[in-house]
Amino acid sequence: MPFAPAITDLDQLKDRAVVASLLGWNSAAIAGAKLDRDELSIYIVRESIRDAITHLKEQKVTDFLSDVTCADFYPREPRFEVAYHLLSISRKERVRLKVKLSGEDPVIESVTPVWPSANFFEREIFDLFGIRFLGHPYLRRIMMPEDWEGHPLRKDYPVEGFR
Amino acid sequence: MGHLTANPVVDTTGDRTMVLNMGPQHPSTHGVLRLLLEIDGEIIVRMVPDIGFLHTGIEKTCEAKFYQQVVPLTDRIDYLCPMVNNLCYVLAVEKLLGMEIPPRAVWMRVLLTELQRISSHLVWLGTHAMDIGAMSVFLYCFREREDLLRIYEMVSGQRMMTSYFRIGGLAMEPPIGFFAAVKKFVDVFPERVDEYENLLTGNRIFIDRLKNVAKISKEDALALGVTGPSLRASGVDWDLRRDMPYCGYENFKFKVPTATDGDVWARYICRVQELRESQKICRQALEGMPSGSIKAEAPKVVLPDREKMKTQMEALIYHFKIVTEGFTVPAGEVYQAIESPRGEMGYYVVSDGTAKPMRVHMRSPSYANLQALSKMCEGALIADAVAAIGSIDIVLGEIDR
Repeated sequence: MPFAPAITDLDQLKDRAVVASLLGWNSAAIAGAKLDRDELSIYIVRESIRDAITHLKEQKVTDFLSDVTCADFYPREPRFEVAYHLLSISRKERVRLKVKLSGEDPVIESVTPVWPSANFFEREIFDLFGIRFLGHPYLRRIMMPEDWEGHPLRKDYPVEGFR
Repeated sequence: MGHLTANPVVDTTGDRTMVLNMGPQHPSTHGVLRLLLEIDGEIIVRMVPDIGFLHTGIEKTCEAKFYQQVVPLTDRIDYLCPMVNNLCYVLAVEKLLGMEIPPRAVWMRVLLTELQRISSHLVWLGTHAMDIGAMSVFLYCFREREDLLRIYEMVSGQRMMTSYFRIGGLAMEPPIGFFAAVKKFVDVFPERVDEYENLLTGNRIFIDRLKNVAKISKEDALALGVTGPSLRASGVDWDLRRDMPYCGYENFKFKVPTATDGDVWARYICRVQELRESQKICRQALEGMPSGSIKAEAPKVVLPDREKMKTQMEALIYHFKIVTEGFTVPAGEVYQAIESPRGEMGYYVVSDGTAKPMRVHMRSPSYANLQALSKMCEGALIADAVAAIGSIDIVLGEIDR
């Protein structure tokens, strides 16, 4: 299969505008980076995610939040990986910021105050994965009924549902 | 039954305002969209969308299917442009696999997705005009859409849920007479757009209902995640087909219509211009259609031809293996975004190296665009909310997934 192996060394990636900007701001916030199939992912420590996204917005490094989503790697711990897909319209470049969350304490700061577009996406993650977003203006179930029990997109939730 | 609790959302303590429930069964919400309107007389003070009535758990279902079995599920997300969804998904998986697609399949994909863009915009135009009160446009639009549905039926056997794209190419070679049918449609279509524009663009009532209604600024649109024609109508010149080309779009010449007003009228103008541009792309795709195979040379991923299965043992074995066990995809994650008729359609696919996707997330444009509706409708009349809903062109299947 003709693709290069993933680059996971931060030093090789520091020419990238997003990586350079984040390193110049707070290198302690970066937990790792990966360039795989031409897609750049940067792992951010949980406490810094809102600040990192605020920084990238204020410095105009990225100017659009496309998507926020999550994946459940159960039974691995930390099981959740929240992914923020940011876009720079001027540089025509995407970047993915990722945060790992444990199953015991799936709480993260909301980025809705920074990017209002995250509102529905975070509600969806809250609904389907059970991750709580601190500082979200209106964190309620969005897809499932209000009185639904469980979070359907978790891997320990059966595809057929509980019967 | 949380959706049915009388008023979970809007505070009614103020004495001036009242709450009006709109939908989920309402002809102008284009599906099962429920809106809670806090109104002061006829003026909307606040609007809260309530969604989820059509939630079918497609993302969860995908995790239980083989990669190739997910393609028919993607049709059901945005039923007005199923092939655009097919395309986004297969591009994402092909990116995970690192697969090269033969040029004929690439050009066929462009041709069909542009035809889908036209048919999707036709449904939007017909229903939007009908919401405003122009009944007859609907009939004209559906006349052309019928031609397009026949074309999809020729190529895939289905009018709506086409499932025509495959990981690694297309399902089958288009039938004899397909290109002639497309050419006939492409030749006649510009006149038909003139017909719609004769009915609407100069229509005094239509203009009065649309101009300066449900405005949204460039900054608000970007902050709220609006994409597609709705974003371009607010003055952001951004089209993924041109700016981040995928699937061979760099080979095609077309303009990206933009407007600056950000009102319903600007969104109308942008979409109607897009109809014309898509017609040009279709013409270029028809004229430059390469010959050759429609499937990639990847026997472990792409199903073999029927004829080969009758004569070659290997083909039969691969067919059996793909159908019974699927094919494995190297571990990794990919976000593939394409320009759907409504905006940025993105598929985030995570593979753990097995034959089933670990996670498939659809970033649907309607879902993000809907967030802008409340902003657009603040301070507007209730009747203008109907125009605003039509102008962002939402598909509820795609919002609720």
